[in-house]
Amino acid sequence: MNAAPRAAAAWIFLSPALAVIGIFFVLPVLAAFALSFTDFDIYALGNWDYFRFVGFQNYVRIFETPLFWTALRNTFYFVLAGGPLSVAVSLGTALMLHSKLARFRTFYRTVFFLPVVSSLIAVAIIWRYLYHPAHGLLNYALSFAGIGPVDWLGDTAVAMPAIIVMAVWKNFGYNMLIFLAGLQNIPDDLYEAAHLDGASGWQQFRSITLPMLKPTTVFVVMITVIGYFQLFAEPYVMTQGGPLNSTTSIVYLMYEQGFRWWSMGFAAAIAFVLFAIILAFTLVQMLLQRSVKR
Amino acid sequence: MNRLRAITPVLLLLAGISCGPQQERVTVLKFWGFGNEGEMVQPLIREFERMHPDIRVEVQQIPWTAAHEKLLTAYAGGSTPDVCQLGNTWIPEFTVLNALEPLDRFAGASATLQLDDIFPGVLRTNIIDSALYGVPWYVDTRVVYYRKDILQQAGYEEFPATWSGVLKASEAIQRSAAAKKKVAYPFFLPTNEWVPAIALGMQSGGNFLKNSGANGNFSGPEFTRAFTLLSEFYAKRYSPSGMQLITNLYNSFSDGVIVMYITGPWNIGEFTRRIPPHQQKLWMTAPLPSMDSLTPGISLPLGTSLVMFRESRHKEAAWKLIEYLSSVETSVRFYGMTGNLPPRRSAWRDSALASNVYAAAFYRQLQRVDPLPQIPEWEQIVIRLQTYVEYVATGTLAVPEALRRFDGEVDVILEKRRWMVENAR
Repeated sequence: MNAAPRAAAAWIFLSPALAVIGIFFVLPVLAAFALSFTDFDIYALGNWDYFRFVGFQNYVRIFETPLFWTALRNTFYFVLAGGPLSVAVSLGTALMLHSKLARFRTFYRTVFFLPVVSSLIAVAIIWRYLYHPAHGLLNYALSFAGIGPVDWLGDTAVAMPAIIVMAVWKNFGYNMLIFLAGLQNIPDDLYEAAHLDGASGWQQFRSITLPMLKPTTVFVVMITVIGYFQLFAEPYVMTQGGPLNSTTSIVYLMYEQGFRWWSMGFAAAIAFVLFAIILAFTLVQMLLQRSVKR
Repeated sequence: MNRLRAITPVLLLLAGISCGPQQERVTVLKFWGFGNEGEMVQPLIREFERMHPDIRVEVQQIPWTAAHEKLLTAYAGGSTPDVCQLGNTWIPEFTVLNALEPLDRFAGASATLQLDDIFPGVLRTNIIDSALYGVPWYVDTRVVYYRKDILQQAGYEEFPATWSGVLKASEAIQRSAAAKKKVAYPFFLPTNEWVPAIALGMQSGGNFLKNSGANGNFSGPEFTRAFTLLSEFYAKRYSPSGMQLITNLYNSFSDGVIVMYITGPWNIGEFTRRIPPHQQKLWMTAPLPSMDSLTPGISLPLGTSLVMFRESRHKEAAWKLIEYLSSVETSVRFYGMTGNLPPRRSAWRDSALASNVYAAAFYRQLQRVDPLPQIPEWEQIVIRLQTYVEYVATGTLAVPEALRRFDGEVDVILEKRRWMVENAR
């Protein structure tokens, strides 16, 4: 059979999907990229005479904006503290569920996965009640230990940790399932051999489980980091970026600049700076992984 | 039975179609209300509909936190409502967009709306380039809530009329608390609020911006004087410099940890509910102290107006709704339902308001309020100001340095405006 008609047929079958991707993904991204070189704002929205192409001015302005640095610091705090914690919790629960001693495995698997599929907004509202300084369950529990009421979402020092705990709780189930699948792929005879050689549980974990889970871990870490860099909904619902901008993330800053102050050009530029940061992080991760392999 | 249930939707649909033609003459108005007001306005709207059988009003309730972006996206998408409530600080922005209908011709012809009956300072926030864009619906300003008994013990029968008086009273209160080994923050100025700083700034002469609103002038002499006075309260520990120390305002107030606090009319209701009954006689409200000899000191003309959108196709009906909601009778009823203060001075003669001792300070204060700069970026600027209040409160930055940096940030925010002002020449 000739190659050309086959290729044509393939293109015809692919075209609906390509059209959808083009219209709803590629085109908006290109438009946003173009927008980031303009000063489209509230004045331009009212009158097109006030629309300018400003070159790299928005990008320069980002680095002159103190709030951007605050947001960058907060986002890194969230990624560097929340990311490893999330992976550790996922791995821990996956190991417990994988253990031969565990009972009601399917039940717990469902329960742990439940936060992932629940609506984030609903969950965040419930957590806001848990964190309530006067009537919250968390402070009630702490009061038995003699710890005074903590204003979880109103205190600049604890607001971000509070958001991290909630985000980890919300997301760990997904990674847990991936780890479980990874664990099930490790052949049992490896453990049997190790057992015969007298290896302890910890030695088995370090020398068999962790190395065998490496591809899974790399995937999980990468997905988690990419996702955590885009922190938005948690602060949006729970703290509106406060108190005193201590939970303002880069995406929250972008949202505020774009939809609250309608500085669309500036907000688009922030989006591409975030894209560059995530891309850089992912590339570094891939390089590290490659160098470890060799 | 089952069959009947199955065809019920069809019957309802048919019934709906058959009443269709009768309803064609009814004008449908879209009204957007925000937060609590959006809910409380419902009975008033029902009454309006009874008075005007040819008008039906669809009320859409929007939370305050989403209101601004919802309005902007509605404007961008060409789906603005006919009438909407709008915080009067947002009016400049929506006039820049050319989204609002000027209301002068309606107001001029109105039999019930008397503009000179409205508090002049508040009315001025609705006028941009001498055109009227909104009719005040309810007003809001900031006054001092204070503990009468503690000020009396410190030797003040009346609330001090000037800021230097307040500083002296704070010193006396702090000294007597220290003698009893108690913590006291006589004048609570939260570091996450811009209102006290801006009110002080207006009292020291305003001039927040220069070059036709194209540059920040916060490091100018007027605001420097205001910010220095504000910083004094933190430096002398008359106010806590962080937010963590006061977790519950009402408890702190009834414990006497806080003695004075600047806030708005909604707290009349909150104080009445939350301060324990035996302490109810101990608190009072007073207009802001002044930086000069004129009393009371200037405060902010906040509040919410009713606006009509240019895109509305039912402007006559929309005006009827605005006229009805802003009338003296409706605003007195609305006060009864929500505690929102009426903008018409004649409404204050009504017994419900005249007998409220806490409202009297607001009435006096509303006679002396000055408009804020009418530029769309203003809200963004004052929200950023909070960060600098904190810097000064915690001693991270000295006043001149903080204001110099803040002006730098304001200039970045105003870059577009500067370009527009320069090009207009």
